[in-house]
Amino acid sequence: MQALTNRVKHVDRKPMSFIERLYLPAIFKGMFITFMHIFKKKPTINYPEKKRPFSPVFRGLHILNRDAEGRENCTACGLCAVACPAEAITMEAAERKAGEENLYREEKYAAKYEINMLRCIFCGLCEEACPKDAIYLSETFAPSDYQRKQFIYTKDELLIPHPIEQPEAYKKALGNRAKTNTTN
Amino acid sequence: MLLAIHIDWPLIIEKLALILVVVMGSLGIAMYTTFAERKVAAILQDRRGPNRAGPFGLLQPLADGLKLFFKEEIIPNFSSKFLFILGPSLAMLTAIMTSAVIPWGSSVHFFSRDIPLQIANVDVGILYVFGVVSLGVYGIMVGSWASNNKFSLMGGLRAASQIISYELAMGLSLIALIMVTGNLSIKGMVETQVQNPHWYAWNVFKQPLGFLIFLICAFAECNRTPFDLPEAENELIGGYHTEYSSMKLGFYLFAEYINMFISSVIMASLFFGGYDLPFFNEAAHADWGNWLALIGIAALMAKVVFFLFLFMWVRWTIPRFRYDQLMNLGWKILIPLALVNMVVTGGLILYFNR
Repeated sequence: MQALTNRVKHVDRKPMSFIERLYLPAIFKGMFITFMHIFKKKPTINYPEKKRPFSPVFRGLHILNRDAEGRENCTACGLCAVACPAEAITMEAAERKAGEENLYREEKYAAKYEINMLRCIFCGLCEEACPKDAIYLSETFAPSDYQRKQFIYTKDELLIPHPIEQPEAYKKALGNRAKTNTTN
Repeated sequence: MLLAIHIDWPLIIEKLALILVVVMGSLGIAMYTTFAERKVAAILQDRRGPNRAGPFGLLQPLADGLKLFFKEEIIPNFSSKFLFILGPSLAMLTAIMTSAVIPWGSSVHFFSRDIPLQIANVDVGILYVFGVVSLGVYGIMVGSWASNNKFSLMGGLRAASQIISYELAMGLSLIALIMVTGNLSIKGMVETQVQNPHWYAWNVFKQPLGFLIFLICAFAECNRTPFDLPEAENELIGGYHTEYSSMKLGFYLFAEYINMFISSVIMASLFFGGYDLPFFNEAAHADWGNWLALIGIAALMAKVVFFLFLFMWVRWTIPRFRYDQLMNLGWKILIPLALVNMVVTGGLILYFNR
């Protein structure tokens, strides 16, 4: 019968010869191949000692951003909560009092801001939805824990360190998002 | 009354000490065989294996044992409780009992007594080993029956039929070996190989086909791939392990590793010279005393390690047999081959004795 394409692979259906029916030569060949695998390089990464490098756009843990003077960017507008497909973000807004100008950028701020890491799917839609560049996903991923309660991250766990009081920690937390000039 | 009967206390003490050492040694080696299995499997599969529990993962078997201890002990309601517990106990018992007749080394000399490193120098050592291995089938059958589970029963039946089919071929291949060496005791066989100074002293050169058949049957007896249908069924249907949990399951699994270890030792003793170090004349160095026995034990352990590696190497290379292919191999291929081996060996013995 004529083949339809030229990619036909012809199957060899000859009955097995005596040497093949012994199976032993084939077994030895297989065992030799397996033995050679002992000397191949292992692709395993010894995790806590070495970590796999992530790409620059890796979506990991959330960080609440501050501007260059250390004031929190987040105004509790709720766009991230609405954008979140898993409904992981909850917040409560509060009004900025007279002496707190250096803490918050605008008159409304988030008094309580919680992200439930067990619900979060790390899609990054909150980062895209935020109008104030207040939340972004960094390069670390959520560490393990024993209880469900401890996976609800509150504002102080999510907030980036103060750029003026803790500059090294701030720079480390910014990671590869350090921008030369901030625009808002 | 005790003084009237002359009891040889030193003999009893030395036998007890030997039993303790051999049993503890077998258990310890079987424990580390489970660890070695995981490491060898990993290395053959381009990964690393357990290396977190203790330095280089060496405490892993301890962790596994503790895990099994802490699991919940379930005994199903309608099964016979006595038989349920008897199954794994029989498996473990027969696994360890075979270690009684194996010569672990030549004799040591302590307290002006020559202590042979063998618990029982029975004249019919090989027959004893066979008998005990056949008893091992009971462990599986009792376990599968007592589970009160149709699928366990079927799994256990398959396992038992596999074991008894391959026992026949094993026995037949050993008959040819016995014809060549002339005595049934394992110590006698090892001694002939030790005393023989030629390079072809080891029985594997005199009985290569017999060794091959024995090796294949040893794989089948230990339920190792490619004959691990009873174990694979655990993933598929049930098999005789289904209803077991915690330490009873641990006993079944552990008994398999002890069986593997003992099969390796027997193969090393019967075909590869036991505690014989090749190209090393023991008689010329008799003044080394106890160190000679230690060298013998080290040689035996090296051979056993090689065989254990072979077991694992084959396991991670070859896919498992289907049940009918397994039975076909056991009855229609291995038994005629073993019979042919026997006939040819007999013919050659007659020819060379003429």
